[in-house]
Amino acid sequence: MIANFGYKDGSGEFFITIDTDKCNGCGDCIPVCPAGVLEVRENEFDPLAEDQMAAVKEEHRKKIKYSCAPCKSDKSSGSEPCISVCELNAITHSW
Amino acid sequence: MAKEFWRWKEYNWKSEDIDWKGGTTISAGVDVGSVSSQSVILVDGELFAYSNMRTGSDSPMSAQNAMNWALEKTDMKLENIHYVVGTGYGRVNVPFANKTITEIACHARGANFMYGNTVRTLIDMGGQDCKAIQCDEKGKVVNFLMNDKCAAGTGRGMEVFADLLSLSIEEVGELSFQIDEEPEPVSSTCVIFAKSEATRLLRDGWPKNKVLAAYSSAMAHRVVTLLERIGIQKDFAITGGIAKNIGVVNRLQKEIGIETLKTDYDTQIAGALGAALFGKVLAEKARK
Ligand code: SF4
Ligand code: SF4
Repeated sequence: MIANFGYKDGSGEFFITIDTDKCNGCGDCIPVCPAGVLEVRENEFDPLAEDQMAAVKEEHRKKIKYSCAPCKSDKSSGSEPCISVCELNAITHSW
Repeated sequence: MAKEFWRWKEYNWKSEDIDWKGGTTISAGVDVGSVSSQSVILVDGELFAYSNMRTGSDSPMSAQNAMNWALEKTDMKLENIHYVVGTGYGRVNVPFANKTITEIACHARGANFMYGNTVRTLIDMGGQDCKAIQCDEKGKVVNFLMNDKCAAGTGRGMEVFADLLSLSIEEVGELSFQIDEEPEPVSSTCVIFAKSEATRLLRDGWPKNKVLAAYSSAMAHRVVTLLERIGIQKDFAITGGIAKNIGVVNRLQKEIGIETLKTDYDTQIAGALGAALFGKVLAEKARK
């Protein structure tokens, strides 16, 4: 499953996407995130699935552009800590 | 008291054909949304009873009221239900639920039941947000997108608008087509801005129906931009209260060039129905 967390507004599209078919819930992306945006939890969109997945915390979903701003400043897209650390390439960003 | 134009009728329903006492698994779903709350009771996966009402200011009471009202026409009691799933915006406030499940999962599951397993793309236009969901033949979510940044262009927005124009919410869809020619959409679907824009258009002498048409197509367009990101695969269906508003639905169909599936079920119960279907599976799992 593709889970898109975030929003679209006048200034652009801000989505963090987790591919749950790739993500194994290892949790490597949690400690590297300076803003504490991510968490590992049960799959809230598939209540019958047994495995855990990475997700954007509820409180960051509506302000993700700002939460991630520190990582986005001078680095080119794709080298954000969360993206780089995930060996399974389960995380992508839309901006 | 002034007439409240945004008010729609609350109601409950019960099947005449099902004898629940002969059922093995009785499950229920309660969907507490920001504007409306529904409760659905299934007997072995068959629709037995449901209710649809406005959400009050107190979510736990709303959940209880919706449940009681679905039970009202039956001789069933809450204790007779084996498993209750809470969903929706106020899902944490369903005190008697065995489990809570997000409305995204529940709407996909509910739509699969009410529209059949050919549904691949689903739009849920609820009271305060809009969700685009892609699902498989089992009603499992494969991709989803939610636009919850702003409460505009939603069921509540339409209610505010109906009230402003002093038109009943149940007739705005029909009325929005009683126009000479289709106007440009209002530039903003934000409730606040759309309200002042509408006030200005009325002052400029636009008839109410034309203002309504302009707002309906703005709403439809907003949904299309959401759909563009996840892509539209056939079959396409809409759940939630707006599915009943042909003013928005027909304009949406026209813009994407795809017909929406039709159903005899009440589109507002999709979330509660999906929750009750999950409840059935979970009850059976728990028994093993
Ligand atoms: S590092 Fe990758 S695989 Fe591990 S939990 Fe995070 S997203 Fe999932
Ligand atoms: S971009 Fe930075 S702040 Fe945003 S989720 Fe990734 S690691 Fe965390």
